[in-house]
Amino acid sequence: MIEKKHLTIAVSGLNAIDSPGPGVAVIRALKEAVSFDCRIIGLAYESLEPGIFMHDLVDKTYQIPYPSSGTDSIMERLEYIHAQEKLDVIIPNFDSELYPFIRLEQRLKDMGIHTFLPTMEQFEERHKVNLEAFGKKYGIKVPKGKVYHDLSSIHAISKDFQYPVLVKGKYYDAYIAYNVDQAKTYFNKITAKWGTPVIVQEFVHGTEFNVTGLGDGLGNIIAAVPMRKQYITDKGKAWGGISIADLRMLELTERFISQTKWRGGFELELMKDKNNDFYLLEINPRMPAWIYLAVGVGQNIPEALVLMALGEKVLPFTEYKVGKMFVRYAWDMIVDIEEFQQISTHGEL
Amino acid sequence: MKIKKSIAVSASGLIFNPDTGESFTVNPMGAEIINYLKEDKSQQEIATHVIEKYNVDTSSFEKDYEDYIGLLSNYSLVEND
Repeated sequence: MIEKKHLTIAVSGLNAIDSPGPGVAVIRALKEAVSFDCRIIGLAYESLEPGIFMHDLVDKTYQIPYPSSGTDSIMERLEYIHAQEKLDVIIPNFDSELYPFIRLEQRLKDMGIHTFLPTMEQFEERHKVNLEAFGKKYGIKVPKGKVYHDLSSIHAISKDFQYPVLVKGKYYDAYIAYNVDQAKTYFNKITAKWGTPVIVQEFVHGTEFNVTGLGDGLGNIIAAVPMRKQYITDKGKAWGGISIADLRMLELTERFISQTKWRGGFELELMKDKNNDFYLLEINPRMPAWIYLAVGVGQNIPEALVLMALGEKVLPFTEYKVGKMFVRYAWDMIVDIEEFQQISTHGEL
Repeated sequence: MKIKKSIAVSASGLIFNPDTGESFTVNPMGAEIINYLKEDKSQQEIATHVIEKYNVDTSSFEKDYEDYIGLLSNYSLVEND
């Protein structure tokens, strides 16, 4: 009998909150991998990220410095963690940490830690700030958008757009503004949290769809699962969804992968308008919080991503089950204060 | 008029369109008509079944049938022969 590989995999995005990070779902998928067994090391930014306390999923958690603290301090912390845990793979799950992790990719590889991330060029090109140019370059419909750096320029929104408009942060948050006063309020709210610029986007009325998948970096699709959002929270997050068989979404995904030669996990956010046209609203350069649906329909994308990070040949998934739903829920864990103290004061649990 | 091949209809009257992810519920009469359409029955054949089984007059059937097909068409659940 061939023994399964044992891997140590570090995963971030343990904030399984109302606007959840993908970490816990990614870990569930990794625990169900058929090609390896794994020890999971959680990487957390805050001491109340729920994943830290899910001991059946996360074996040990380390706090790490915020991406804004710079690559050197992140690297220093990762070196310490690697010395304790001998990491095989790291899966960063936040948009904001991809920039430092892409920059650190080679240094991590030299230490024996593998990643499977988009290139810096791919990461920058798909950024919301550049989405309109991206759509033009690749022949994909995107809503009209414009970048605003200061509050005074917000007054001129009505010259370029009709209300309502979407006001978006460069990494997270999006609000619908129906007039200039609301747009100004949201500009201030977003810049206080995420800094400038702020992106203003034409609001496309319609139905929301997402695709998650995995590209091999050579222009081939390894996995792709389209989903229709069925239950959307006030933060715009899918709390329930269903896998669907829309060929046009799969074609659009194929075009995105083959033309950009996307490397790594991704999520396409799409809106279908009243004319049945799809608009690409955002490209998230990592797996989404609903990634476990992909596992549920037969495509374990996190497992495939780990194997590709290790340089193994992975055959593309060719099918998935249509009509499978995910329904998210909230769950109260009871946690001893000693555990909270441990992660808060020592940065490890 | 044919119901799209990919459309799934459960015994309890839940219609699922796998292309769009939309689902609808219909009453037993609605489900029966959809099942006739899935069996490729013509409007005339469906009329014969329904008029005989439920004792309705032809003009009432035709009016309700056209309304129903229009509704299915609006939701892209049917396609022309």
